Amino acid sequence: MRRFCLILALSLLAGLSLVRPGFAVNPDEVLADPALETRAREISLELRCLVCQNQSIDDSNADLARDLRLLVRERLKEGDSNEQVLDYVVSRYGEFVLLKPRFSVRTVLLWGTPVAILMIGIVAIVLGARGRRGRRAPPVLSADEQAEIERLMKRGE
Amino acid sequence: MITELGHYALILALATALVQSLVPLIGAQRGDAGMMAVGPMAANISFVLVAFSFLTLTYAYVISDFSLLNVVENSHSMKPMIYKITGVWGNHEGSMLLWVLILVIFSTLVATFGRNLPDTLRANVLSVQAWITVAFLLFILLTSNPFIRLSNAPAEGNDLNPILQDLGLAIHPPLLYLGYVGFSISFSFAAAALIEGRLDAAWARWVRPWTLVAWTFLTAGIAMGSYWAYYELGWGGWWFWDPVENASFMPWLAGTALLHSALVMEKREALKVWTVLLSILTFSFSLLGTFLVRSGVLTSVHAFATDPTRGVFILGILALFIGGAFTLFGLRAGALRTGGLFAPISREGALVLNNLFLTTATATVFVGTLYPLLLEATTGTKISVGAPFFNLTFGPLMIPLMIAVPFGPLLAWKRGDLMGATQRLYAAIGISLVVGLVIMALTSDEPVLAAAGMALGVFVILGALTDIVQRAGIGRLPASTAWARFKGLPRSAFGTAFAHAGLGVTMIGVVAASVYSTEHVSAMRAGDTVDAGGYTVRFDGITDVQGPNYTAKSAAFIVSKGGAEVARVASAKRFYPARQMPTTEAGILTFGASQLYIALGDFQSNGTLVVRVWWKSWVTFIWYGTVLMMIGGALSLSDRRLRIGAPRKAARPAKQAEAVA
Repeated sequence: MRRFCLILALSLLAGLSLVRPGFAVNPDEVLADPALETRAREISLELRCLVCQNQSIDDSNADLARDLRLLVRERLKEGDSNEQVLDYVVSRYGEFVLLKPRFSVRTVLLWGTPVAILMIGIVAIVLGARGRRGRRAPPVLSADEQAEIERLMKRGE
Repeated sequence: MITELGHYALILALATALVQSLVPLIGAQRGDAGMMAVGPMAANISFVLVAFSFLTLTYAYVISDFSLLNVVENSHSMKPMIYKITGVWGNHEGSMLLWVLILVIFSTLVATFGRNLPDTLRANVLSVQAWITVAFLLFILLTSNPFIRLSNAPAEGNDLNPILQDLGLAIHPPLLYLGYVGFSISFSFAAAALIEGRLDAAWARWVRPWTLVAWTFLTAGIAMGSYWAYYELGWGGWWFWDPVENASFMPWLAGTALLHSALVMEKREALKVWTVLLSILTFSFSLLGTFLVRSGVLTSVHAFATDPTRGVFILGILALFIGGAFTLFGLRAGALRTGGLFAPISREGALVLNNLFLTTATATVFVGTLYPLLLEATTGTKISVGAPFFNLTFGPLMIPLMIAVPFGPLLAWKRGDLMGATQRLYAAIGISLVVGLVIMALTSDEPVLAAAGMALGVFVILGALTDIVQRAGIGRLPASTAWARFKGLPRSAFGTAFAHAGLGVTMIGVVAASVYSTEHVSAMRAGDTVDAGGYTVRFDGITDVQGPNYTAKSAAFIVSKGGAEVARVASAKRFYPARQMPTTEAGILTFGASQLYIALGDFQSNGTLVVRVWWKSWVTFIWYGTVLMMIGGALSLSDRRLRIGAPRKAARPAKQAEAVA
């Protein structure tokens, strides 16, 4: 649950750049209900066009991408939630179809690396700062040095 | 014949580079001025040879010499001259030759402009630079030779991939390579410093201008590539998180971090070890990018497995240089003393924060790009990592960084005053909050975070201005004094302000174009209209166009506002018969900062044409911002302290005397 909240918060932050106008949707595919159509577009951006290079089905004009777009809209009309639609597509085409891989044993390094690097960086910086502070302890002046300073200060006046 | 001379010149260049890779290095070890002097000479000769070789290949393209395999595969006699020339680097072999050409250009620049460097450092830098040259010349000559002849020359060539027949391509790869390869200098400097075991603030001062040059070109290259994709691919997208894009983005991110950490090292002699590490890392990402793009591994892991010669070769280069540099680093880093103490809240602290986020962002792009490849190679499992992943991970990393950007330049070195900096930013914070609230009120049905993003962009721009205003004392001092101080500010201060403001401008462009753009897809007949962004677009019919090496269907559109015609624009679909490939030529009109983007889809069975019209809100800001960043880079580069260079020790006469003796 905590992970879910975290991901939710992060998605909200990133939501800015998630909404991107697409290219390949044809007028005959568009759903009459604008709310459903918006959801269809959101889902389409998450799904990979399997025969293309790194394109979402929203970006691709390949036939397969069109089939998938229609499938997504079909499921939405049936009343599926976004998550159910994604589950359905994954059950048919495998996880490869998701442009954002799900968190699992296989993807733990993928999702974990950014967090790990950030944490390691923070720890390194904190340790480095401590190390510096340790070195900063001012050297104690000897009585002679102190006297020398006073002498110089007086001469300055 | 000329081609054979070019081929031969390339082999001679390899021999020269071999000499350059050893003689100056040994000279530096022994303190032999004569041997060290071989470095600049060899660098200049290599440059002349590679340049000649490149010119002969260009000549073969210009005269359409179809006895050359490379020309046959990538050119066509009917192709316009400009694309015959740009086609030289529009393919694997030619682009690698361009890569090496730029590498030797940088070597010769170090040889020419590096006169104020200590002799041993320059000798070592040139040697390391030559190791890279040797590796890539071998790669070209053994696996990617553009000078291979055909015994039976065909009458016609296969033409260049049509989407590459564009002016964008003429400029994009050379700029990108100037950036990519430019970082080799930072790498060579790092390796040279590790070899010598000497690393001081002067070193950072020498490295910084080279890094700035590379960074500025890479910024230009990425921006150019992004704009090219935007108008040429016909989807109106400007960044796709495609592995090829990521390959150029990683060195940019690491290079940006390097610019900032080198600043700390130059001014305060802190972060030495880290700066050297970043120099190595940045060029490693350049090499990695070259590997990803040039080995074919991205197209498919299987394609790579079936013809692995090139990929394995570059992988070998990658392992050799990265592994070698890190070994050297491991051996020598312990000996590098870190100086310069600073409090966490200070200019140094802010730059450390910058490095933390930029490095994490680089790592994120790195893992996202390579993970699917590694997973498939090791377990056979195929997963996809695309835009949604990067938006979710990269986006959140940029937000704290952007918030911190205006604070950095306002903090003092060693020990800064965060409250003081905040107070000086009150105006910037206030104005950006108001802007955010106004946008939120005006666009009540759009995400609130979009308004926050816009406000953040405004904050970064105003923060950059605040720094200049504060330093000149505008509003605080009498106008004449402020003006005098303004004129007296170092160029690097303006460089920082421009680059940071550019970041804010780009951010505004990205957010606005992502969220406030509208899309209108419709099946149109001549005479139909569609409304977008307050303009009415009327489809005025289609004409057939015959181009030099393509045929096109060009649709005319009349754009009007309030009934009055404001512009006409054509949007076309081209077909290139030689490659049997279609391309989209979008019709683009700029209104203020926004653009009207019209692309043609397919003809429907009922005779209508699918037309996609987008209103791209503020989209040009994305690239205006990068232009500001480049201006910032150029301004910093022209700063007095970099132009004049680090002070030179007065030991020259003594050394010359030694050399004579």
